[in-house]
Amino acid sequence: MTDVQRTAIAITLAAVLLAPAGATGFALEGGQPQPPQEEFVPIDQVPPEDQLPAAPLLIAAYAIVWLVVFGYLWSIWRRLSAVERELTDLSARAGGGEQGT
Amino acid sequence: MPGHRTFAGLTLAGLVMFAAAPLWIAGAPYESTMGLIQKIFYFHVPGWIVMFLAVAICGVASAVHLFRHKPAADRLAVAAAELAVVFGLIGLATGPLWARKAWGVWWQWDARLTMALILELIFCAYLLLRRYGGPGSDKLAAGLALFGMANVPFVYISVNVWRTIHPTTSVVPQLAVSAPGMFGPFVWCSVAFLVLFAALLAARTRLEEQRAEVERLYLALEEG
Repeated sequence: MTDVQRTAIAITLAAVLLAPAGATGFALEGGQPQPPQEEFVPIDQVPPEDQLPAAPLLIAAYAIVWLVVFGYLWSIWRRLSAVERELTDLSARAGGGEQGT
Repeated sequence: MPGHRTFAGLTLAGLVMFAAAPLWIAGAPYESTMGLIQKIFYFHVPGWIVMFLAVAICGVASAVHLFRHKPAADRLAVAAAELAVVFGLIGLATGPLWARKAWGVWWQWDARLTMALILELIFCAYLLLRRYGGPGSDKLAAGLALFGMANVPFVYISVNVWRTIHPTTSVVPQLAVSAPGMFGPFVWCSVAFLVLFAALLAARTRLEEQRAEVERLYLALEEG
C-alpha cells in the first residue's frame, strides 16, 4: 500500500467518524440553534428517566485516561526499540563498509 | 545513558502519581450540584492544560524551525504535536462522559467544544502532513502549528466571550479559595500530568533524534 493510499484511508476514516456526529447534531437541532436554556436545573431535580448513574461514566473516563497513557507509552517504547535496532544494524553496516574500504 | 534514566525516572514518578491520584480524588469533597461525576474534572482539566502546553511548545519550536532553520526545534515540534493530539484526545473523550451526566447531552456544538475539536483536528492534520506530506512538509507543518497555537487563546476565552454551556475560565483560578478541598487533588493531578508529559516529550524527542540519525546513516551508506 502506497503512502497516498494510506493517507486517503486515514482521511476517509476520520471523515466517516466525524460526519455522523455533525449530521446528528444538525438533525437534532433541525439545522437551527437551540433556544438558550433559561435557568439552571440541579441534577437531582431532573426527571428520573433523564438521570444517569454517574459511576460508570466516571470509571469509563478514568479507564480511557489510563488506556490512552499506557497505549501511548507502549507505542513510544515499540517505536524506540525498532529505531534503535535499525540504528545498531546500520552502524554495523557502516562500520563494516569502512573496514572493507 | 542519562536520557534513558531521565525518561525512566520521570515515567515512574508520573505513573506513581497517577496511581495515587484516585486516593486524593476520593477524599475530595463532592460538588454540590453535579455530585460524583464532577470528579472527572481532576483528569479532564489537567489533560487540557497539558494539551495547551504541548501546542505552545510545538508552536514556538515550529517558529524557531521556520525562521532559524534549526532541525532540533523541528524534532521537538513533532514530538509536542503528537502529545498535543494524545492529551487532546483525553480531554475530548472525558468531556462528553462528564457532559452526558451534567448537561444531559454527549456533545454540544457550542463555541468552546467546537473550537477545541478544531484545535485537535489541526494537530491531527499536522501529523498527517508530517507522515505523508513528502519533502518540504516540515515547513508547511510548522506554519500549520503556528495557526494551531494562535487558536489556543480563542479556545480558552471562548467561554467568556460567547454564550456557551461550558463553565467559564474563572472556576480553576478561584478553586483555592472557592473549594480548598478540591484544590489539593487538582494540583496533584495537574503535576502528575505535567511529569508524565515531560517524560513522554523527552522519549518522543529522542525517537525523532534516532530517526534523524538513521536517515543520516542511510545517506552515508548510499554515498559511501
